[in-house]
Amino acid sequence: MTAAALLEVDNLSKSFGALRATDQVSLTALAGETHAIIGPNGAGKTTLIGQLSGTLRPDSGHIRFAGEDITRLGAPARSHRGLARSFQITSVYRDFTALDNVALAVQAHAGSSFRLWRPARTDPALRDPARAILDEVGLGARADVLAANLAHGEQRQLEVAMVLATKPRLMLLDEPMAGMGTDESQRMVKFLARFRGRQTILLVEHDMDAVFSLADRISVLVYGRIVATGTPAEIRANPEVQRAYLGEEDA
Amino acid sequence: MRARTIAIVAVLAALAAVPPLAAALGQPFYLDLFRRIMIFAIAALSLNLILGYGGMVSFGHAAYLGIGAYAVGILAYHGVTNGFLQFAVAIGASAAIALVIGAVSIRTSGVYFIMITLAFTQMLFYLGISLEEYGGDDGIRLKAHSQFAGLDLAHPTPFYYFVLAILAGFVYLVHRIVNSRFGMVIRAAKSNEARTRAIGFSPYPYKLAAFVIAGAMGGVAGALLVNQTAYLTPEFMNWTRSGEIMFMVILGGIATLIGPVLGAAALLLLEDLLAAWTTHWQIILGPILVLVVLFARRGLAGLLPGGGRDD
Repeated sequence: MTAAALLEVDNLSKSFGALRATDQVSLTALAGETHAIIGPNGAGKTTLIGQLSGTLRPDSGHIRFAGEDITRLGAPARSHRGLARSFQITSVYRDFTALDNVALAVQAHAGSSFRLWRPARTDPALRDPARAILDEVGLGARADVLAANLAHGEQRQLEVAMVLATKPRLMLLDEPMAGMGTDESQRMVKFLARFRGRQTILLVEHDMDAVFSLADRISVLVYGRIVATGTPAEIRANPEVQRAYLGEEDA
Repeated sequence: MRARTIAIVAVLAALAAVPPLAAALGQPFYLDLFRRIMIFAIAALSLNLILGYGGMVSFGHAAYLGIGAYAVGILAYHGVTNGFLQFAVAIGASAAIALVIGAVSIRTSGVYFIMITLAFTQMLFYLGISLEEYGGDDGIRLKAHSQFAGLDLAHPTPFYYFVLAILAGFVYLVHRIVNSRFGMVIRAAKSNEARTRAIGFSPYPYKLAAFVIAGAMGGVAGALLVNQTAYLTPEFMNWTRSGEIMFMVILGGIATLIGPVLGAAALLLLEDLLAAWTTHWQIILGPILVLVVLFARRGLAGLLPGGGRDD
């Protein structure tokens, strides 16, 4: 019994001048699966995520989410349809506390923000879910720390917290473990594994241990093209993939 | 935060004490000076909302002071001295024009935003100069001060407390706005626009609303200013005026409630002090401002205890 495709990417292309950053990329994310995208540096992974999340306009191709063509939609509209994205280079609100950060993400999906009088910081409809999510990712004790003062690994956790706060149906995670040490990475992997089957995750990662333990399917991106898609076992055995990675250092 | 609240209340209380003090010292000039400071504090407060909290560097904020001033001045010229009506027109006109200018400008950002807001202000400035019936570039004397059901702004002390009440009210209003859901979106968009879009906010409508609110508050400042100077001139809308108000905001401390008041006070008091000394006071004021920007990043508000965090 095949799960329905929640995300369908159809011949997506994007060039920057002469550089084909995304070259006829087609892939799907099935509901409930964790689909990893791997590839050498410069393969165009972040450019692809940008087009999926709505921050970059593709030159051609289509993106369908739950059957709806979202190619022309901007990032905020996609977020409201359930597409949540975390950034490879940490992009949290540095002058706000961790709690403020997550509460803002909650606020974006908790009714109108054209409220000019009541204080947002004491609104339990925002604070309580935000605290719960921070506890879930393991940052509960750091809720009142300014994001700029969090350790790097904690900031990466905060990125994931903000994704969760927007009630996603599909999580686009761009190297969530970037810059994390071994212990932190393992904790993050354990955390993401809990979403197996319940959430659909499209995961860009360099950490091969993480990828092989988390992914249901893997797509390999090289120079903007998908060269292979399959189960971890199939990918490991694929000669073209082995060739693409031979001579490349991976984190 | 408590320290900040105490500071604001202390400053407002000190301002309330100026008229009796000025009378006791036999120096009505100080009443006039501090009323002027408060009016510019209102202008700076309104600019701080979009510039300090919102990150929108509008070089065209003087336009709204001009619109407010002209609304009052033109109505007074034609015999309408009802303050409620005049101020309503001032607010309505500046809000409407802010909506138009904002709708166009906020589609841009960075240097383009600065240039567009500057261009619009200069357009209004030249429009003011072309209004021959209202003095053209010479301007005209204000025909009559605004009257509010018994309160005549021609009377110095009641006028003073009227301005103080508006300043206090606006400080409280801005405090509520910047801490509301709306305010959080504005501040988030300033801090990280990409992140704000990613979590599901489209900043444009919020920024536009803030721009209109700031414009309307600027209109009130303008309506008060023309009563203060008793003279209507297109100079209110000159881009250099925008620059002065911006100085006050930055000098006082962006994204703070007390900053605009401190900034307006500091700038106008310094001007007054230095001008008494030499006609070339600007050559001294300039370097002082540069030093503040270089060494007191958070402005004067940052030098207070508890300073350094946004309100």
